[in-house]
Formats: sequence, structure tokens, C-alpha cells
Amino acid sequence: MTDMTGQEETKAKEAAAATSGRPADAVAGQSAQILADAVAGDGAEVRVDAAGDDAAKESGVSRRTIFGVTGVAVGAAAVASAGGFAVGRATAPTVTTASYEFRGSHQSGIVTSQQDRMHFAAYDVTTSSRDELIALLRRWSQAAATLMAGSEIGAGAAGGNYAAPPDDTGEALDLPASKLTITFGFGPTLFEKDGTDRFGIASMRPEQLIDLPKFAGDTLDPKFVGGDLCIQACADDPTVAVHAIRNLSRIAFGAAAIKWSQLGFGRTSSTTSDQVTPRNFMGFKDGTHNLRAEETALVNKWLWSEPADGEAWMAGGSYLVARRIRILAEIWDRTSLSEQEALVGRTKGSGAPLSGGKEFTPTDFDRAGNNGEPLVAPDSHIAIAHPDHNAGSMMLRRGYNFTDGADDLGRLDAGLFFLAYVRDPRTQFVPIQERMSSADIMTVEYLRTTGSALFAVPPGIPLGAALGGTDGAFIGQSLFA
Amino acid sequence: MNVRLILPAVALGTLALSGCVSNDTVADGAIDVSSTSDGCKLTATTVPSGSVVFNVTNDGDDVTEFYLLADDGLRIITEVENIGPGLSRELVAQVPPGDYLTSCKPGMVGDGIQAAFTVTDSGAEVGPTGEVGEQLQAASDQYLLYVRDQVTTLVTKTDAFAAAYLAGDDAAAADMYADTRVHWERIEPVAEAFGDLDPSMDLREADLSQNEAWTGWHHIEKDLFPPAEGYELTQGERQGLADRLVADTAELDRRVSAEDFQVDAFQIGNGAKELLDEVASGKITGEEEAWSHTDLWDFQANLDGAYVAFGVLRPVVEQSDPDLAAELESRFDAVQTLLLEQGSVDAGFTYYDDLTEGQIQELARAVDALGEPLSRLTAAAVL
Repeated sequence: MTDMTGQEETKAKEAAAATSGRPADAVAGQSAQILADAVAGDGAEVRVDAAGDDAAKESGVSRRTIFGVTGVAVGAAAVASAGGFAVGRATAPTVTTASYEFRGSHQSGIVTSQQDRMHFAAYDVTTSSRDELIALLRRWSQAAATLMAGSEIGAGAAGGNYAAPPDDTGEALDLPASKLTITFGFGPTLFEKDGTDRFGIASMRPEQLIDLPKFAGDTLDPKFVGGDLCIQACADDPTVAVHAIRNLSRIAFGAAAIKWSQLGFGRTSSTTSDQVTPRNFMGFKDGTHNLRAEETALVNKWLWSEPADGEAWMAGGSYLVARRIRILAEIWDRTSLSEQEALVGRTKGSGAPLSGGKEFTPTDFDRAGNNGEPLVAPDSHIAIAHPDHNAGSMMLRRGYNFTDGADDLGRLDAGLFFLAYVRDPRTQFVPIQERMSSADIMTVEYLRTTGSALFAVPPGIPLGAALGGTDGAFIGQSLFA
Repeated sequence: MNVRLILPAVALGTLALSGCVSNDTVADGAIDVSSTSDGCKLTATTVPSGSVVFNVTNDGDDVTEFYLLADDGLRIITEVENIGPGLSRELVAQVPPGDYLTSCKPGMVGDGIQAAFTVTDSGAEVGPTGEVGEQLQAASDQYLLYVRDQVTTLVTKTDAFAAAYLAGDDAAAADMYADTRVHWERIEPVAEAFGDLDPSMDLREADLSQNEAWTGWHHIEKDLFPPAEGYELTQGERQGLADRLVADTAELDRRVSAEDFQVDAFQIGNGAKELLDEVASGKITGEEEAWSHTDLWDFQANLDGAYVAFGVLRPVVEQSDPDLAAELESRFDAVQTLLLEQGSVDAGFTYYDDLTEGQIQELARAVDALGEPLSRLTAAAVL
């Protein structure tokens, strides 16, 4: 492990870009050295790719030909480090060309500064062959590195054998890497399904990877439940995220198939301190007290699995809770502002707790109003969910707003695709969810959970490890050692 | 089409109205109020009569309140309470010409920091205040009678239902099921206010958490209307469920009959909105009566209860927002008309699973069309 999280490095670089006060292309074109210095100053590995570099080969064909004529120092994947990113030249100032490195001690897409868009997919493994499963994970790992670098799969979308279909589906051509991250997870049924040890790994199922209990009010739709494997693809461009899932699914045919998937637009959490707290579909700021990448001690305590947690192969990994939570939007919208604020425990405008102050002012749960009752009601959402009322437990939330059109009654099928990473779901998620499902009026009256799944998210692949072929490194490798 | 809705057994006497507050106009300029530990600063202390807007900011360290008082310093014209430090709250009031007092009350104790406030005659018509309180009290009294009346009937019918159920007369019990629950569904928000009774009496299977005991109406429902794969309780289990339901219903009756039990206008207005929420989230989707499919009985009962709530608040709303009153009447009428096509409580309704998708959608749209203006009832009645 490096001395600091990848996010801290990223933050330093983003800060360098931000303080320049210029559009991204100017930063890329003129401040590349500053960025490189900032990275070097962090003690991170700095690598400037040149033709013939191994990584460049893995990265395949860049989707954006402009990279080819850019100076080497700011070329595609110019700066690769643990969770770091490269800045390429953007043709439009608003386009994000930054890319993250797939390899690192932890998988990307967890403490990574949360991107705006998401495509999540859960898969059934359709093969019963351990070797084929391993081969899939190897193919996926290599492809993920390629996609995250903003490059085309294989011979690309418009090249290769003219008589054969293109290797890459092509919709992301001309689009930059867009901060894409790809995160893989293993569901309980990968280890054991209907009593069968499918791949000889049942004995290595972590005790943290439980079968989630039924919570009060869960109205689960079987088409949004579980999965043997999952992929979370996040990016600042929706096409890039969808392109990733589409191509990874294509690569999987014969070994795995999508069981269900979810598109998310608009992040509902902040995972780094410099991000503005976004709003969920209820119109309130969400995740003000989220675990942040910079809080290293808390991140180590509440996020990353340690060997002592039970399964050594999960060290440096985490557990992902995925819940598709529908918001009864039409009904919520008819609720008075005073009731909305009372149910949440915060003001709708600034997000300040009702006990006073500003958004980040600590909530005073004892401060009473003129009737002697606390200003922040004990059954308000923030009172139920607050770490102080849950043995200090924190989770790293990484959710997204979603809308899947309308239901048969003409109402928005919309809500929050709740994603949270924890070190132990048994203590950091289940008890809190049980309290929310029964005592949090906002949850009981206005939310319906329609999908639910839990995944073990293995650690990352060591930096510099070779990918692909018949012996390349892959996610979850130590599980199959 | 004039549709008759079920009204409370008590007469809703016509109240003589001399006037009422209104909130349908907005002042040109708002007055900023800064409340501190030792100050109560207003950006203006003289305003023309009509709609007055106060933006109250708590710049102190204690929770504060702001009042507009009559010049006797006692009668409250309007108020905003429980403003946490650093927070702001907007207050809108219709104020006729006259001398008033403003008061900030940091720490929420004492008489507060008072200062004179003058409202000059703008020529705009502003109804006198003072009658509203009496009208709202009358609304509370009428609604309380309705609640007690429904609960009394609920007790009688529940006892009979439980007796048939325990006697093994499943056909009779199944027949009484929906008709009995009508009296519960009409006043459900009141029962919900007693946090312990509602989950004990009306929890659906989907609402259960793992290993949670299931009591109340819907467990009996599943036994009386078993799913295709079968479901049967033992006589001992039946006895336990029936005894608890009878006891809970008696307890509900005891509580609403208590002398100090009250339902204020705010609760009545919100209750009406909640009843329509119930329809929108549970009945129109067929989730409430998952086994008996008698969702339309509940639908009608929720609608009845909401209409009664509107009825008792109507004298106030007709003054404060006549357009809203008229819109609500017509929206209630539209939903009731559609529902009548599917039956009535007396004659029975179409079972939910026999409704077509088109009929469900039409009902849902009518419910949403009513729910939207109904959500403004409380503000129109209480402000």
C-alpha cells in the first residue's frame, strides 16, 4: 500500500487544475508540468508513456486521435499512478479528459471522487467451469484497464478484419476517458448456490458476505435482486459508462450474462471533501456526513477489509451494498415543507440541521424547541441514521438518482440507487437499515426498496502488473490461487 | 353530476362568517427580522395593510421565536416558532390597519423583546381576524364526533367479525371483512397517531421485518382469503389474532373517547392529505388487500374520511381560498363518480384483481388530481 490513498493524490492534482482557474484544455496544454510536479510531490509514481510502453499496448487504440498529435508529456495516460489520472487535451473546455488507473491497492470507483453518471450491472455466471470463470475475470480486468484509459477494445470500432464485426461497439468513439472507473464485485451466490460449491471457493466465502435479511417495507422485485457478479461503471459521461458495461457484457457471453442493471444519473453523495453535497430526488442534500476519501483513519477503520477480518484474499477490499430505492415522488411532493424538513431533520434550502447552523454544523440532538421536544425529532432521518446513534458506524455512500420511466399508473419510477461501501455489512449496514425501515418515518412512508444485493469487492491489482493473455493479473486472483 | 358523499352523522352546522385571513396576495417588500440574544431588528416598523411578509433570521445562539401581537401584547396575530440558530423562516400574514407589537423571543422564555409596529391603511380590504379560531374549534369538535362515531361502529362490527371467525364461519367472516374495515380506513390517520396501535392492527405482510410477529387485520385476511398455494392457521393462532384485534380496537375506542382527546385543524387537514396518500400508495396499487382484493372498499373509506375532513374545514377555506374550495369539491366529485362505477360500500365493489389496467389508471389519475389540491388544504385552513 502507498502512504496515502489514491484519492489524496487525485485531490492534489485536481486542486492544481482548479487553482489555475482556466478551462481544462488550458490546464492540460499549459500546466501539464505543474500537474506532474504535484503528483511527484505527493510521492506517487509518475510515468510518462512513450510509444512501445507496455501500458500503452494494453491501452490499445486511443478513442481520441487528437492524443496522437499531442506532446508526449500530456499524451493519453501520461500520468499513471495509484488512482491517479491523466489529463489529456480537451477540444471543448467542459469535456473531462481525465482518466484513472485501473490498477492500485484498492479497486477504483470507491474512494474515487464521485463521478456524475453510473451504469451498474449484476450478472449470473452461466458457466460451471472454474477455468472459464477465471478466464472471464482475466478478460474483464484487461478490458477494464483499456476502457478506463479511454481506449478502444481490441482492434477498435472501425478497424480490424473487414469481414468481422468490430471488437469495440463504437459509441464512445471521440469521447474522452471521462474519469471512468470500473469496479468488480462477487455476490454470495458465486461462492455457493442452492447448496452447491460451484467453483471450489465456498470455503472462502467471507462471513461478512451475508444473505441480507428482509427489512420491513422491502417490496423487492426479483428482477432487481442479487447476482453472482457485479460491475459498477461510473463516469462523467453517460455514454462512456454505458459503453463500458455493454462491452464488458459482450466479452462475457458464454461465461456470464446480465441479470439486472441500473442506470444512474446525478450523484447523490460526495466522496471527497471538495465536492459540493448533491441533492437526492427528495430535493434534500444527501450524504452530508458521508465518509470521505481524505479521512484516512476513518476510511481505514470503516472501509477496507483487513486480513484479520477473516479472509486474507479480501484484504484491501470492501463490501458493496446495492439497494434500488423507489421514492413515491408524487406523494412526497404533496407534503408540506415543514413536514418534509421535520422528517429529514434538515432545512431543504441550506441543508443545515434544524438545531441550527449551516450544512456541516454538527447536529445538536438535545436542543429543544418551545414544546420541550428536540428540534431534530428522534424519528427524523438524520437522527436515525447518524453515526452517533449507530455505535459510530460510518459507510461510504456512492449512490445515484435514477429514473426508469413511468409505471403503469403514470407515476415516475424514480428514486435513489443506494450504493454504499463498508468493511462489515453486519455491523455497518444491517442494524442501521433495520432502524430506518421501522422507525424512520421518511423511509416508512415515502420509500419503497425494490432491489437489493450485496457484493464482496476484492482488492485491486498491483500497479504495474501485466494484464490479459493466459497469465495476466485479474481482480479476485488470490481467491482462485 | 351531483354525487352524494357519506357525511358524518353529525350535522355540519352552517357557521356565520364575518371574515377571515387570506394568504393569496404577496407583499411587494418583505421585512427582514434579525433576532439576536438581546435584539429584535426589523428593516421596517411601519407597513401598509394587506399581506405582510417577515423573513425572520435567527442571528443569535439560542432557539428563537417571532410574534406579531395585538397592541395588548397578549393576542397573537401570527407567529413562527422553533427557529434554530443561523436558520431563517418566512412568515406571511394578512394584517389590517392598526397598532401592533413585534416580539422576538430568544431562548423561548419571557415576554420577548417587544417593539411597536404600525400598519397603515392601504385601502386594501383585509378581513378582520379573530373569527377563524372559533371556526377551527368548531371544525375540531365536529371532526372529533365523526371519529368517535366511526370507532364505535368499528368496535361493534369487529366484535361480530371476530366471533364469526372464531366460530369457524369463514364465509360470514370473509363477508364482513371489508365492510368492517371501512370504519377503520375512514379514520386511519387518527389511529396512526397512536404509534403502537396501527402496526399492531394494520400491518401488511410486506411491512414485516424478518422474524417480526404479524398481528392484526391482514394476517386474518390471509387466513380467510388464502393464496393459491394454501395458507391455514390453527385455531389457537386464530384465537390469538382475534383476541388481540378485539382488544386493540377496544383500546382505540377508549383513547378517542378520552375527555382530553382532541384533533386540531392542522391534524384534520393533514389527515385528509394522508388518507389520499393511502389511496395513492396502497389502494390504487392493490397492495393493501393483497389477499382479499377488497381495496376499493378501503379506497371509498379513505375518500369518505378525507371528504369529511374537507367538509369541517370548508367554512374557513371558502373564505381564505374560495378557488381551492371549489376545486376540491369538483375533484372529490370526479373521484367519487369514477368509484361509483365500480360499486358502493353497501352493494359491494369490484375486486381489485378484476379491474382492468385502464380502469386502474383512470382511478389513479383522478386520485392524483385530487391529491394535489388537497395537499394545500392545511395551509389554506390554518394560516
